Amino acid sequence: MFHLLAAATPTAFNINFGAVAYGLAAIGPGIGIGLIFGHGVEAMARQPEARGLIQSNMYIGFALTEALALIGIVVPFIFKATGSG
Amino acid sequence: MPCARKRGAGVNLEDMNVAGSIVALAGSVCTEGNSHVFSATHCPYPAPGYPSPSFIFTPFFRVGSFAFTKPMLLALVSTVVVVAFFWAAFAKPKLVPSAVQSLGEMGIEFVQHQILRPMMGKRGDGYLPFLVAIFFFVWIMNLMEIIPIAQFPAMSQIAFPAALMLMVYGTYTYLGIKHQGLGGYFANMIPKDVPFFILAILAPVEILQYVIIRPFTLAVRLFANMFAGHILLLVFTLATWYLFSASIGLLFSATSFILVIVLTAFEMLIQVLQAYIFTILTAQYIGGSLEAGH
Repeated sequence: MFHLLAAATPTAFNINFGAVAYGLAAIGPGIGIGLIFGHGVEAMARQPEARGLIQSNMYIGFALTEALALIGIVVPFIFKATGSG
Repeated sequence: MPCARKRGAGVNLEDMNVAGSIVALAGSVCTEGNSHVFSATHCPYPAPGYPSPSFIFTPFFRVGSFAFTKPMLLALVSTVVVVAFFWAAFAKPKLVPSAVQSLGEMGIEFVQHQILRPMMGKRGDGYLPFLVAIFFFVWIMNLMEIIPIAQFPAMSQIAFPAALMLMVYGTYTYLGIKHQGLGGYFANMIPKDVPFFILAILAPVEILQYVIIRPFTLAVRLFANMFAGHILLLVFTLATWYLFSASIGLLFSATSFILVIVLTAFEMLIQVLQAYIFTILTAQYIGGSLEAGH
């Protein structure tokens, strides 16, 4: 009987797992970058004369965190199974 | 269960053009000219990505098994541009600088005061040519993405960041071993005065970081930024054409076009930022190798 059910069920599982993987991979860096810039803005508000120092460190931290999100977008192209991509 | 026709990785490039003509209505031919989503021919458009024709280039010429492709040409052009600029600026330096010399001095002072001095201090001034070369080479290569006719960031082929990464990796490993000794280089990776059970986790992580993770992320950060940026611009540019029709598609198309312009501005920021990050991380790694232990 299950084969009848299988024939009747629409194939809803054509999921592109590469895209889902990137969506999940973007959660962490999203939070991280928000924290970096949030704390950076707060620090600049507390001490405006330290603006240059804070800004350069903010951008370094941003690039290091962004790297993880971007590795996430590249990985589906690298690890290609026959069904994904 | 019917198999869905999959485009992308499992399909080679010739099949993609054939697939378009198979999916279209009988009697119509799918060219790039009539690939619109609202048109009657229902012609598809291959999505940009790695195996798509956007990132695979037919070579200009071949010498044996060496194929000379467009990214290599862009790399050569970038090298010539950087060398020609600094040659013109500093071939005959004067005390009162000319215009080009002023620009060159601004560039070098930016790298020296914003990148080298904070990371390495005064003793790192010998490495200034290396850092200036890396910064301007990466920046001009990234700029090729938005220059007409070229319009391809050569750094989105993994070979170019990997080559730069090998240079940086070799430099800081060699300098670390030279200044701290072979055993000292690895011993200084591990912080002292740490309880043993933390050390058992921390030591492999730190050694892995210096040996594998730092060079890997250095190369992949630059590669992935340029790759993703190029795909972003490609998606919206192709969408501008694909969504174009005499109906509501005009609104979609116009929005997509505005987004292309906004994203190009964003890409210009990312290009200079990635060049800055590559250079400052190089300076940090070399600076860390130069100091004789914590």
